[in-house]
Amino acid sequence: MNVIGTPDNTKQRIAVAMSGGVDSSVCAALLADQGFDVIGLTMQLYDHGAATSKSKACCAGQDIHDARRVADRVGIPHYVLDYEKRFEQDVIIPFADAYMRGETPVPCILCNQTVKFRDLINAAKDIGAGALATGHYIRRVESEDGVTLHRAVDHSKDQSYFLFATTPEQLSFLRFPLGDIPKSETRSLAEKFELDIADKQDSQDICFVPTGSYTDIVGKFSNQLKSAGHFLHVDGNDMGPHEGIEHYTVGQRRGLGLGGEKKPLYVIEIRPIDQAVIVGPKAELAKHEITVRDVNWLGSGNSIPAGGMRAMVRVRNTHEPVPGLVQAGSEPGQAKVSFDDPLFGVSPGQACVFYDGDQVLGGGWIVADGQGMRVPHNKRNEQAASASA
Amino acid sequence: MTVQNTRIYLDYNATAPVLPGVASAVISALELKGNASSVHAEGRAKRSTIEKARDSVSRLTGSLSSSVTFTSGGTEANTTIVQGLLKSGFISSVLCSSVEHPSVLEHVSVDSRVAVSANGALDLHALEHAIKDHTDPFLFCLMLANNETGVIQPVKEAAAIVHDHGGLLFCDAVQGPGKIHLDFNSLGADFYSISAHKIGGPQGVGCVVSNSNIDLSPVLIGGGQERMRRSGTENVSGIAGFGAAADLVVQMDDFRPIANLRDKLEEALIQVRPDAVVFGQEVSRIPNTTNVAIPGLSSERQVIKLDLSGFSVSAGSACSSGKVSASHVLLAMGVPTELAGSAIRISIGAKTSCDDLRAFVDAWADL
Repeated sequence: MNVIGTPDNTKQRIAVAMSGGVDSSVCAALLADQGFDVIGLTMQLYDHGAATSKSKACCAGQDIHDARRVADRVGIPHYVLDYEKRFEQDVIIPFADAYMRGETPVPCILCNQTVKFRDLINAAKDIGAGALATGHYIRRVESEDGVTLHRAVDHSKDQSYFLFATTPEQLSFLRFPLGDIPKSETRSLAEKFELDIADKQDSQDICFVPTGSYTDIVGKFSNQLKSAGHFLHVDGNDMGPHEGIEHYTVGQRRGLGLGGEKKPLYVIEIRPIDQAVIVGPKAELAKHEITVRDVNWLGSGNSIPAGGMRAMVRVRNTHEPVPGLVQAGSEPGQAKVSFDDPLFGVSPGQACVFYDGDQVLGGGWIVADGQGMRVPHNKRNEQAASASA
Repeated sequence: MTVQNTRIYLDYNATAPVLPGVASAVISALELKGNASSVHAEGRAKRSTIEKARDSVSRLTGSLSSSVTFTSGGTEANTTIVQGLLKSGFISSVLCSSVEHPSVLEHVSVDSRVAVSANGALDLHALEHAIKDHTDPFLFCLMLANNETGVIQPVKEAAAIVHDHGGLLFCDAVQGPGKIHLDFNSLGADFYSISAHKIGGPQGVGCVVSNSNIDLSPVLIGGGQERMRRSGTENVSGIAGFGAAADLVVQMDDFRPIANLRDKLEEALIQVRPDAVVFGQEVSRIPNTTNVAIPGLSSERQVIKLDLSGFSVSAGSACSSGKVSASHVLLAMGVPTELAGSAIRISIGAKTSCDDLRAFVDAWADL
């Protein structure tokens, strides 16, 4: 694989974002094996000791230690970059604030958008690298029409959902050597390169919430204090107090503590204005159309084609893409996405990513419809009646 | 970025390269059989190795050999003194300068850290103010020379003030030997600490030097080695290397050549980048240390790019994670956070040549 695109790999400097996990470790080993002048860069994003409430624990977690060991094994220079402040500013605080707005954020995308593909790319350029490689499972394809982004060959590991916000300019500098191989091959490469982390488990949780209690983080970093409120049934009934809006996501059924109903109840909407969590039967979750903001367009042309375009759209990383229509929205940077069949469990704050087959066309952030003002249930029937009339 | 084929090491204050003969002294001691606490011939040979080294170190510091207690390094020596005095009951509180090494600073609460002036030297008025109401016996910790700026601290003056108020003075002298003339008797501190790897000896060995009749309560207890002052089987090979290094350092008497190199370096730095700021220039410094900031260019970036160009320098206090944070020393001097975060330390030594520094200035100018 010729990553930078010239015949001779040797002496070409390429930076690798090394997290200490298997994927980025193999990425570094692979490029070094191909003769590149590889520099390993690891971002220190948060104080690990503080995050795990061990005041005397090192600020660096095991992952930084692992990254350093891998770099040593591969025989490349390795540096730790202190991005703690920026990460707090650009990822943790927006993460906390989003919950308080009734959204369910995706911090990994924020991180890719800011510290990783803004600051780390700058750092890579600063040390004379011609490209920054990461261990993401996604494909980057260069053609006469420019550089495009495509789902990974291994769909089960595809990370395109988290990378929709990558701008064309960032994409021109980035390389994803693992996009063409299945995860199983990554593991065997780790063994081939004799990397200690070959058997290391994939990270599951949000990195800065190692203890799993994200609500503690929300409480600590959000400016808004009040999150306690009541469960309200879509039919208007007050169902008693809940634990705070940051504990819920749209589409959630388990853990609501609302037993005794004939039909299971789902979170239909989180309304920050009065901290209400609206619950109701599954049918209430059905969404035909959503608005997304801060659209990043990676398809042909500079923006969504006039008149819109048919695409496969994905509203959560764990959902499969479904067919729909993507159109430019009424406000700049916005898009309107309508689904051929109604979708259930669409949460504000999540990303909506557009695909044409495997190609990533872009995406945006899902906006709460009606600014959190839900049409009361009893009025809705009247509306429907008048609409059909 | 210029590509350097041979690396140039400018981080002597972190660890000085081993002096000639040190490695062979370490290996010879390592190859001896026996434990220094044993009665037999092999034990006696090991014991003899330790005591010869103790003589060498005591000559270096101008103190009695019985006053030298070997430890695992500077941090253990500092801990032994501070915690040993607290444990013994001779003192009930500890103060220090705000620019001490973390191995001292961490023992002292933030409000017991005494300010330094903008030039990096201890503010003696602040010291008087801090201790004037101390009726209880206290310890004041003041380093001989700062590891980051090289600024030599007014140990003698501070010792007089502290003693006048019934306190004890401990001087972390880790950055002194091999850089300035040492006379632990005339400095007037009650306790000193030294580390072998800062003077061209091996890592993992250091010592406490006591100029006091006060017995420190041991921090490490057990087999009673080092005359009950520090239990644990002695690091004999390390101690032998420490002694070998001390024998060479004690002969050093002319530190002007290094100071001249340093001065030329600083002149050149300012010449190529007139916006650069050199810290501590107004006061006496050890002759090998330059702390310089390029406003707007982070320490982290400078250290990384210089490393990739073949130059080893450091910045701030290195965390075990490897991340570079702003120097607590510069912050204590009142340097604005952003400027402190743009500083690097260049520390040179016997093997540094004028050509090395010329090459460095070129690389640094290109940053």
